[in-house]
Amino acid sequence: MQLSISLLEITRAIDSWLNSVFHPHLAYGIELVLAGVAVILLVVAMAILMVYAERKLAGFMQLRLGPMRVGKWGTMQAVADVMKLLLKECLTPTNSDKLMFRVAPFVVTIVSFMTLVPIAFAKGIQLWDINIGVFYITAVSSLSVIGILMAGWSSNNKYSLLGAMRSGAQIVSYELSGGLALIVVVMMSGTLSISGIVQAQADGWWIIKGHIPVIIAFVTFVITSTAELNRAPFDLAEAESELTAGYHTEYSGMQFAMFFLSEYTNMFVLSMVAATVFLGGWMPFHIAGLDGLNHFMDYIPGIVWFFGKTFFILFLIVWFRWTFPRLRIDQLLKLEWKYLLPVSIINVLFAAFIALMGWYL
Amino acid sequence: MNSIYQYFRAIWYGFSSLWKGMMLTGHYLVHPKKILTQQYPENRDTLYIPERFQGEVVLPHDENNEHLCTGCTICEMNCPNGSIKIITRSVETPEGKKKKELDEWVYHLGLCTFCGQCIDACPQNAIKMDNSFEHSVYDRKLLTKVLNQPGSKLKSAKK
Repeated sequence: MQLSISLLEITRAIDSWLNSVFHPHLAYGIELVLAGVAVILLVVAMAILMVYAERKLAGFMQLRLGPMRVGKWGTMQAVADVMKLLLKECLTPTNSDKLMFRVAPFVVTIVSFMTLVPIAFAKGIQLWDINIGVFYITAVSSLSVIGILMAGWSSNNKYSLLGAMRSGAQIVSYELSGGLALIVVVMMSGTLSISGIVQAQADGWWIIKGHIPVIIAFVTFVITSTAELNRAPFDLAEAESELTAGYHTEYSGMQFAMFFLSEYTNMFVLSMVAATVFLGGWMPFHIAGLDGLNHFMDYIPGIVWFFGKTFFILFLIVWFRWTFPRLRIDQLLKLEWKYLLPVSIINVLFAAFIALMGWYL
Repeated sequence: MNSIYQYFRAIWYGFSSLWKGMMLTGHYLVHPKKILTQQYPENRDTLYIPERFQGEVVLPHDENNEHLCTGCTICEMNCPNGSIKIITRSVETPEGKKKKELDEWVYHLGLCTFCGQCIDACPQNAIKMDNSFEHSVYDRKLLTKVLNQPGSKLKSAKK
């Protein structure tokens, strides 16, 4: 007996109801708005949840308690912070480039929301099943550096500029090995579309099927995505002890909150990409041959699988942040150009050979 | 060949040391009993302050209201902030000699940085650091304290 209600059927029911009530064009417009609102609500809710979870995990990892005062076990702390940021004034420094200063947070936020477009949350739940999904995500997420550079330059502050320049150097260099890590799986599944990659993992996730090259690619991707997110141990762009807050030093109130939100959105998107590409997206855990286990796993809805995997990657990133000390800028570039990039180039060759010979499971 | 070996050794060493660090924080994560944070105002009765916490300078007196301070002012000279003022008086001993004696041991808590140099410098070990920490008062004058109790005198040297 299969569960009869799935998210796909709910969305189809809404679609047919809207089409029966409104003109098809109007119904399409309403659907676009609804989908956008749903994604924004999801991201904001997840960001609030994640801020709280991260502060709590950080506390426990460092023998502290984390937030404890606002609400039982500090559960309302993140909500209180959001309220505070909403009520604060957005200051613009006198000698800043005012237009760029105000546009920069929007650029960063829009870019990070745009990367959510091709992500498949569950079977059929996808905003746009574009046939170059993985390429789209890597291309769009690299645009966020423009917003960061705008923020750093227009603040007219040496700390902001230094932070933005570091962030630029970091994102530009780490994108290379991040892209090469994704190419490994793209070669094996033979498609760039997110739904195609998920479908290719119906009989096993790539991290299991693709063995050595995919495991290397997964480790590389997690390292590079941590670096692209400007999170510790790669948080040179913010580096509290050196640059006060890096590129968002001069921002306050909601403008600061938008940088913060986009950082967390990028974190979700990259975790979702890692979960989709390497860990099978919304596909349940299947072992070929064991039908009992496979049927049992099918009962767990795809959205639970997807968010479970996403939270696993998020936990890894949080774990890195609160364990490792910050790298120096030369160590950062050395790690990328002397270790990650050569290793991932050789890994792509190796993976191409394995994909050609069909030696994956 | 050696350089290639060194290259892969560096990767291996990097991953193994990072893994060690992650295991430590992971261990702390799953052992919440090791948490050191104390929830202060709630646990005031069971609060544990480490013995060596430097809270405030005190001049211990024994049961006969006697202390060990000779009024040599070495602590006053050693204090980097000038938060100590030793006021001495001269008294006549029964033998008819004039002798300096401690009159008032003035301690400005508001100036003190709790560096503990006065305690290190004291030749008599007369003063020590207390581990009390709730020093806030509504009037700044209350932060200036006289540490020797009224009527106290120097403990006579053991014969």
